[in-house]
Amino acid sequence: MNFANLIKIALRAIMRNKTRALLTMLGVVIGIAAVITMVSIGQSATQNTRAEFSSMGTNMIMVWPERQNRGGVDMGNSNTKSLDLKDIETIQKSCHYVAAISPVVNSAAQMVYGNNNHSGSVEGVAPEYLSIENYSLERGLMFTDEDVTRYAKVCVIGKTISEALFTNGENPIGQTIRFGSIPMKVIGVLKSKGQSQMGQDQDDIAFAPYTTVQKRFMGINHFNMIMASATSEEESEMAAVEITHTLRSTHNIREGMDDDFNVFTQEEMLSTMSQVLGFLTILLSIVAGISLAVGGIGIMNIMYVTVTERTKEIGLRMAIGAQNRDIMRQFLFESVVLSVIGGIIGIIFGVLIAYAITSILAWPYIISYGAIVLSFVVCVAVGIFFGWYPAKKAANLDPIVAIRYE
Amino acid sequence: MSIISLNTLKRDFLVGGEYVHALRGVSFDIDEGEFVSIMGTSGSGKSTLLNILGCLDTPTSGDYIIDGVNVKERTKKELATLRNRKIGFVFQNYNLLPRTSALENVELPLMYNKKFSAKERRERAAEALIAVGLQDRMEHTSAQLSGGQQQRVAIARAIVNDPVIILADEATGNLDTRTSYEIMSLFQSLHDKGKTIAFVTHEPDISEFTTRVVKLRDGLVVDDHPVTPKSATDALAALPKAEDYAQ
Repeated sequence: MNFANLIKIALRAIMRNKTRALLTMLGVVIGIAAVITMVSIGQSATQNTRAEFSSMGTNMIMVWPERQNRGGVDMGNSNTKSLDLKDIETIQKSCHYVAAISPVVNSAAQMVYGNNNHSGSVEGVAPEYLSIENYSLERGLMFTDEDVTRYAKVCVIGKTISEALFTNGENPIGQTIRFGSIPMKVIGVLKSKGQSQMGQDQDDIAFAPYTTVQKRFMGINHFNMIMASATSEEESEMAAVEITHTLRSTHNIREGMDDDFNVFTQEEMLSTMSQVLGFLTILLSIVAGISLAVGGIGIMNIMYVTVTERTKEIGLRMAIGAQNRDIMRQFLFESVVLSVIGGIIGIIFGVLIAYAITSILAWPYIISYGAIVLSFVVCVAVGIFFGWYPAKKAANLDPIVAIRYE
Repeated sequence: MSIISLNTLKRDFLVGGEYVHALRGVSFDIDEGEFVSIMGTSGSGKSTLLNILGCLDTPTSGDYIIDGVNVKERTKKELATLRNRKIGFVFQNYNLLPRTSALENVELPLMYNKKFSAKERRERAAEALIAVGLQDRMEHTSAQLSGGQQQRVAIARAIVNDPVIILADEATGNLDTRTSYEIMSLFQSLHDKGKTIAFVTHEPDISEFTTRVVKLRDGLVVDDHPVTPKSATDALAALPKAEDYAQ
């Protein structure tokens, strides 16, 4: 009995009881559909998160000063003066995995142009900041290192601010807006980046040379934080280690003492996210696995019924020369075909459901071919595992008894 | 030349701690081209004998040699192959596969023989169906065939592997007199073509169509004599026309 004949026999036996076959497959259909949907959505969520993170710059490294505690009172970290220009210069000199670095000084400001005003914050940064954060310019230019040395009163503004202030369609470039009492010339407008992963409007932002914000706005010498980018995503861990070492030595922190700063990489945040998603995927896969096992038990049950119903047929086949292994194969094939058809239906449903959900959420749609192949293999395994004992029972029938079975 | 040779064949069954002697020492030969009817009441051991003749069962003691092969101490696998190559079964209730065409039913024994390709199977099955007069019914399923036609399909299935012996077990038991005679006429024509047939029955008028009668009682052969067979075709013609509802 060859492969094609076995499949033909199995299909014919299944077609003889269409409703029963469909109901039997249902467990496998649901299980496989759940697996495919879950894996597909899980991957799509991961991809979506990655895409949003990479719009922020995947190889970003943030350095925050440590929170200060004065006499038992937590002072937060905005007053900590541990980060300054010397740190930046040392890092630039000695850290090989750091591609770009920029200080960040924040100042809240009321921006005024004509009759319009907008409450936002101005970030004092170095020109490299744009490349670190993956911002690009829509119009105009970024300020230069020379502007930084001159404490120049120039700024680059985001889409949200530009739309709030320049309501009459005038070209913002060259216009002067006031930040509180300080007039600043707009030299560039940023391309829109939309919302961040955390729901922040990344376009409600204005950049000015850090020296301008330090000296003219705030009158300070330290930075709120340092933003750097590693030479590549893979090397961001190394860059973080380098920065930590460098800062410990410039800050004269002795062995065994705590850092007075914190270094975060984008990778760390991403891997935390991935871990949560991965855990969810595992949890849902377990649920899907249970459903598959239940489906398998359904197949086993119906195979026992089939074997009993077809005792006479088994007896006849044996009488005309079928060997035990021929009967065994016949029924194993039937359960595998049953389970695989269920699996195929499940895969189709899974793909459709995943497509529907991802298109509602506007996430990237990913068909996981790995999951499809795996589902197929699992179906064959379920068919063999749960079909084994019924098939064994059929193969071990005594032809004399079986042929006269009523 | 003996196709089948039985020598002091015994078969015991253990039932509820006691041995039941179904066959107590049966010896006879069947020569090539014989049409033997094996008769006996229920409990005479004829079913047990048929199971052994059909290689479905093996004797407790004694020898059973079919076409030069001693069946004793053969494995299940070897018995299955023996059945497939050397024996053609015809059962009382036809035992056709449901919702399967006549042609595919007849092909079935060849499916378990790797020597045959799909094309050869089909050709052989078609030839066998022509031989039993069902050339117009090849694609009909069993539900679309009358009892007599179903039994013809079963006979075609029994001859498709060109067996050394056809074993019929009460093959006319489910049929009316007219159809029984038609089936016996078919068996006689197969016999005329040289087939060896062993026909188990408890109806004396059916055994009149065979060339030899072997009677069993309580597990022993009590009578074994040759007969001059009546022609089933003549018997059929002699039936009153009023009973002719099979047409």
